[in-house]
Amino acid sequence: MACIKLKKLEEYLHGVDTFEKPKIKLEQYITPPHIASCVLYNIQTLYGDIEGKYVGDLGCGSGMLSIGSFLLGAGMTTGFEIDDDALNIFQTNVTDMELPGIDCVLCDVLTLSNNEKWENAFDTIVTNPPFGTKNNSGIDMLFVQTGVNLASRAVYSFHKSSTRDYIHKKVKDWNVKGNVVAELKYNIDTSYSFHKSKSVDINVDFWRFDVSEKNL
Amino acid sequence: MRLSTYNFLTSKAIKGVKVGFPLKLTIAKQDVVESEFNPTFIERLLPRLDWSGIRLAAEVAGLNDDIPAELPANVAENEELLKKLHHLLLEIDVLEGQLECPETGRVFPITDGIPNMLLNEDEV
Ligand SMILES: C[S@@+](CC[C@H](N)C(=O)[O-])C[C@H]1O[C@@H](n2cnc3c(N)ncnc32)[C@H](O)[C@@H]1O
Repeated sequence: MACIKLKKLEEYLHGVDTFEKPKIKLEQYITPPHIASCVLYNIQTLYGDIEGKYVGDLGCGSGMLSIGSFLLGAGMTTGFEIDDDALNIFQTNVTDMELPGIDCVLCDVLTLSNNEKWENAFDTIVTNPPFGTKNNSGIDMLFVQTGVNLASRAVYSFHKSSTRDYIHKKVKDWNVKGNVVAELKYNIDTSYSFHKSKSVDINVDFWRFDVSEKNL
Repeated sequence: MRLSTYNFLTSKAIKGVKVGFPLKLTIAKQDVVESEFNPTFIERLLPRLDWSGIRLAAEVAGLNDDIPAELPANVAENEELLKKLHHLLLEIDVLEGQLECPETGRVFPITDGIPNMLLNEDEV
């Protein structure tokens, strides 16, 4: 069950403003509204992980996943982001759409696990992490690891399909059960104009990690 | 920044800081954003929060009289208190102000509703 129709959700998410000048080093591109609405809708209807829940969004950018989660009935949503230009757009989106239960923190996601206060603070973590293609290989799994630390129910994340076997192995070490909820194909380069000529769709997996028996 | 979020923030990432909680909150400008009251949500959130941090937030936000010194055992049946907690934790929005580390005095500014918890390399 979801409190909003999928079509309506997608319509709203089309109104979310994106990065003004995307920073390539931070891998700033939005989750396309069509994809964001589909995956979030499924998180709610298949697993009930959003409605009435406290949801955290790691690397929230301009707010696509935070806003989508709140529209699906999250009790409260908090986004974490390292770039204040992105967060200013996040705040404008939240204010313009008049959404009450969303806020954000300017910080480095990779330092959140140092603060045990955040441990299990959230029911659910959603993240579209940097894939680690800009001299920061492995950062996507550090985002997941942080998510596992912060969530008490589940973590949802996007990863390149080419890393599927590696991820299965990795999360086993944390006693976390991972499964691919959806196989997607999209173009992550569209926001960088100089890439346009050679940009291609890439295969992306959308994962659910069940953290109820985690052992990090 | 909502005051529920304030309850989770620390300055522990600073080199040499032992606890870094609670941060000293100053509010220069706050707003109230009304939201739907969900008693179950508040009830489930409470065990994750620090009561002394809630009390501090109430004091700074000028809602001292709303929040008892100790968390009553039967809070689930106390709808009036749950409503006050909902208002304090989820509806008060801190737009401008600061958070100060209790051990080092390092200030984290809150600007346009965003707390800046970033640290310089030489601080961590
Ligand atoms: C692929 S984008 C996703 C943006 C947004 N969540 C969305 O779905 O539209 C990744 C985001 O992570 C942010 N980011 C990268 N490294 C970070 C870090 N160490 N801490 C916090 N945010 C980070 C980037 O600035 C960017 O906004």
